[in-house]
Amino acid sequence: MTELAPEHRPTFSRASLADRLSPHAPVLLLLALAALGWLAIDQQSSWLTLTVSGLAMGMMIFTMAAGMTLVFGLMDVINFGHGAFVSVGAFVGVTALMLMPGMTAEASIWLNGFAVLLAVACAMLATGVMGYAFERVIVRPVYGAHLKQILVTMGGLIVVEQLIYVLWGPVEIFIERPAAFQGAITFAGAALEKYRLVAVALGLVVFLALRLTLKRTRIGLIVRAGVENGEMVQALGYRIERVFIGVFVAGSALAGLGGVMWGLYEQVITAHMGQETMILVFIVIIIGGLGSVEGCFIAALMVGLLQNYVAFLAPKAALISNIGLMAAILMWRPQGMTPVVKAK
Amino acid sequence: MLTRILSGDMPRSRALSLVLLVIFLCLAFAPFLFPGTRSLETAARISVFIALAASYDLMLGYAGIVSFAHTMFFGMGAYGVALACENMERGFLPVVVGTLAGALLAAAVALVIGLFSLRVRAIFFAMITLAVASAVAVLVSQLSAITGGEDGLSFSIPRELTPAFRFAEGKLLGASLNGKLLNYYLVFGGSLVIFLGLLRVVNSPFGRVLQAIRENDFRAEAIGYRVVAFRTLATCLSAACAALAGSLFAIWLRYVGPGTAMGFEIMIDVLLMVVIGGMGTLYGAAIGATLLVLAQTYLQEVMAGAAETTAGLPLLPDLLNPDRWLLWLGLLFIASIYFFPSGVVGRLRQARRPAGRT
Repeated sequence: MTELAPEHRPTFSRASLADRLSPHAPVLLLLALAALGWLAIDQQSSWLTLTVSGLAMGMMIFTMAAGMTLVFGLMDVINFGHGAFVSVGAFVGVTALMLMPGMTAEASIWLNGFAVLLAVACAMLATGVMGYAFERVIVRPVYGAHLKQILVTMGGLIVVEQLIYVLWGPVEIFIERPAAFQGAITFAGAALEKYRLVAVALGLVVFLALRLTLKRTRIGLIVRAGVENGEMVQALGYRIERVFIGVFVAGSALAGLGGVMWGLYEQVITAHMGQETMILVFIVIIIGGLGSVEGCFIAALMVGLLQNYVAFLAPKAALISNIGLMAAILMWRPQGMTPVVKAK
Repeated sequence: MLTRILSGDMPRSRALSLVLLVIFLCLAFAPFLFPGTRSLETAARISVFIALAASYDLMLGYAGIVSFAHTMFFGMGAYGVALACENMERGFLPVVVGTLAGALLAAAVALVIGLFSLRVRAIFFAMITLAVASAVAVLVSQLSAITGGEDGLSFSIPRELTPAFRFAEGKLLGASLNGKLLNYYLVFGGSLVIFLGLLRVVNSPFGRVLQAIRENDFRAEAIGYRVVAFRTLATCLSAACAALAGSLFAIWLRYVGPGTAMGFEIMIDVLLMVVIGGMGTLYGAAIGATLLVLAQTYLQEVMAGAAETTAGLPLLPDLLNPDRWLLWLGLLFIASIYFFPSGVVGRLRQARRPAGRT
């Protein structure tokens, strides 16, 4: 007598709604935040103004934070000196812009845009070269030792900041935006500052370019694989150190770009600004999940929006709102929203 | 006897013992050895910063945790005393209440931060403390109705601790016998107690576990120690000690402000003290604090002189400007992490070894 297999019919239960939503939770959270802001702020025009300035701020923070989170993901190097690149970028860029008064005084979009692009190129070149030197001199000898990395890069930040004081003098520098980027346009009853729109556009370009590079090119593939498992990539014959230096330099140049954008946004630059923006950058990186560019992008926008909404609704609470957001997110997902690197 | 006081952690080097003895004696008899307000200020500053740097070393050197919120805890102690003295009747009660409240608050905040970040990964701790500390610093300067804002608070301490109070006529070895002298010995004694208490902690079984975690946390966990609990407890202890040092500093200055108790500059100073003196040994913190405070007070004059003599040259006078002294300390800091990670103390202890063994 042959034994019959027990009656068995495999079933595919549909994934529950929560399961299907979970991967998109960060994006939904961002939209929820914007919606919440819309409910809390009665005037639609102010909501629009605040949202645009929040997005602009978020884009700038993202530009500064992207390099740092990638460097961490790829090589497990935590660079507390990243803020130095922001400061240097701002100083170099603004100095370059000040050398071109003829191109920035007239309100011509093409001339002004060209001047800003030139300034940005100068800043990114300077910070890129500096990033190379920083990696070689400061970071290279302390691979694999977090404690020393934090201390040494902090030391590097102090030294660079002091060197800025030496080269540019101890006083802050005030800067006027190029004429075409001054003022605001009115849209649906809301005054939107032109420069903020430019910043949003620039940030989007950076994000898309970064995403495209990471997802569609060979070098991006190696970088992503390196984040996932560096030793395996090495075993396949790639020199991961070279990739790493490339990412470090690119990240530094992005920080320089962020510095110029931030300097033009605040219209004043100090040697201290890098250190100040680093605080937001850290919050963003932690919320987003170390090593994740997408997480970093969404987290940056969330921080920017929240900061602007809260500053409008309850100015005193704006200082701690970001810390509160970070605490809430860490309670929900202790590794950050979209962790890429496994806890080491 | 001495072994007991030092919790069995002897300096283990003749040169180191000598340096420590000199520091101790100079601080213990500072009012008589170096009469004058400025040198007494310096001595009190050194005492407080030895306690502060030692408490930081418990975290950095023993537990291997980097925190950037240590001045926040320091400031909590300082503001605790200041606010208590401001809002309560003059006397010793507000001083005690403020000190205890500051220390408790610091420990509680450290506990919360620790639970948030240390359970995931220790590296979060450095970033989160930096963010929290800067937010608190801004908050302190914004809430001017309570904290006095940027101006800070000047408050009155018990009369017995002020120069107006004279407990004996005449002078002893050039020092007038007034409340200022008592105040100095309160600061000195308090710092000494904190330092010796910390020495006790790091040489206890608890301190050994911390060192084990620093060397290899995975292994420590495998042996059966709850790494998170130990790290968090070390953080709380360190924060409470920092707050106590802050209280002493506030009592000495009779003033608190964001610059003296909350600023990021102080954080960098403490970091430099611990690293230059030597991480992982409290004696290093003592030596580092002494060196740095002395350098801060007297090196700037030397640099000013050097800047003047090089006035004609390009760039050099700017580099030697006394305001740029952090530049040189930063370079020294980087160099000391690379070339002598065990700091001055490590050097002094090493110097003895080749002669003894080979």
